[in-house]
Amino acid sequence: MLALHPQVSVRPEPFGALLYHFGTRRLSFLKDRRLLDVVRRLDGATSVDEALSDVPAGERAAFRSALATLEKTGMLQ
Amino acid sequence: MKLVEHFATGLDAPICLTWELTYACNLACLHCLSSSGRRDPRELSTEECKTVIDELQRMQVFYVNIGGGEPTVRSDFWELVDYATAHQVGVKFSTNGVRIDAAAARRLAASDYVDVQISLDGATAEVNDAVRGAGSFDMALAALQHLADAGFRDAKISVVCTRQNIGQLDLFKELADRYGATLRLTRLRPSGRGADVWDEMHPTMAQQRELYDWLVAHGEGVLTGDSFFHLSAFGSALPGLNLCGAGRVVCLIDPVGDVYACPFAIHDAFLAGNVRTAGFQEVWQRSELFAELREPQSGGACSSCQHYDACQGGCMAAKFFTGLPLDGPDPECVQGYGELALASVTSAPKPTGDHSHRGGVRGGPVPVSIGRHPESRPVSACEENPLAGLTV
Ligand code: SF4
Ligand code: SF4
Repeated sequence: MLALHPQVSVRPEPFGALLYHFGTRRLSFLKDRRLLDVVRRLDGATSVDEALSDVPAGERAAFRSALATLEKTGMLQ
Repeated sequence: MKLVEHFATGLDAPICLTWELTYACNLACLHCLSSSGRRDPRELSTEECKTVIDELQRMQVFYVNIGGGEPTVRSDFWELVDYATAHQVGVKFSTNGVRIDAAAARRLAASDYVDVQISLDGATAEVNDAVRGAGSFDMALAALQHLADAGFRDAKISVVCTRQNIGQLDLFKELADRYGATLRLTRLRPSGRGADVWDEMHPTMAQQRELYDWLVAHGEGVLTGDSFFHLSAFGSALPGLNLCGAGRVVCLIDPVGDVYACPFAIHDAFLAGNVRTAGFQEVWQRSELFAELREPQSGGACSSCQHYDACQGGCMAAKFFTGLPLDGPDPECVQGYGELALASVTSAPKPTGDHSHRGGVRGGPVPVSIGRHPESRPVSACEENPLAGLTV
């Protein structure tokens, strides 16, 4: 199950959030508050689908690809 | 809205916070951005520094760029580094290497949250020492060797690009590779003592082009700290945010706790407040100056330029300290508008505060006052110029 990497810290910002990985020193930007909500819900959800349940069906693909990018860069694991 | 537009209106906490721990320095580099040398008696105490770190932790400032002066000469330097990393504030610090012996290198290698930048302004002792002082090249290399021996991974070599060293870019890269280090190139700004030598040391137009081409070719493996976005006007935008982050994503806490919009803007005009009186968060989020900087900026004379999107008129500090209007071209505008504008400048603001060693340091670069304006210079300026005779 996908979750935030334990070394990643999340800072909410007016535009969404900043993610910082203390291990890789990488900074990522979540440009949408709702993506931040999804990332937060991953923790405690049993599946990515569950975390995405509030997202309109038509937008889920975009959210999935954002999550995939975060996984690829090590922010999620 | 594009992400950079959000950044332009400010964030709840800075991304790139520089904290200069002391004005004391063992060297006396000609271009020092903070005119460092002597400690200021009002510098923040250990306890005050820890209070700042507590605040940074609450604000979730992920890391802080520690510099000076030479930060490692503070007797509580390691204590503060440990305190920061124990409070979720990562540390990247810049040093000339003076205190990076074998023991310090082992200690650094054992920490996961500390990055080290060794400053070097020439890829050879001849070029480096003319700017940073006799023996400073060997000192920096010894530090790099200690770090490599201790197994410290990915040290940075931080270079200020100048007229004297731009021809050495490949040599710098080789040097970095030799130590398993990453090269970091930054821009010379006319800040601090840099104002005194800017005319002689800032890259020529041809060199700016050379630098741009080199960055495009080597971009991946080289860091620039977003220094060179004014060069984007040569062609495609360089990687980075490409905006002046002063007061928006960038700021400086100086050794006495004064908060400036940018480390290159130590002047009353860019002083937002002090951490002692207000606390850092209050200054960052509520100072009038920062609110102003977060307003939409006017491009002024630049707004009709086709490169404005990428270049944004360049660096605020560079304009300010060369006496140019802030809403016009950068003094190093690659279209040549900066040079034109400079021709009619008669005076420029002086940096606030000079902590330079009185009379220089032993083996230091020869301190000669070289006026900034051609008319105020002696006729035989070249002979008095500490950089005269330097061929690269
Ligand atoms: S003033 Fe110059 S150095 Fe400072 S943030 Fe702006 S562009 Fe960068
Ligand atoms: S005119 Fe202004 S925007 Fe255009 S290249 Fe020069 S500094 Fe940049």
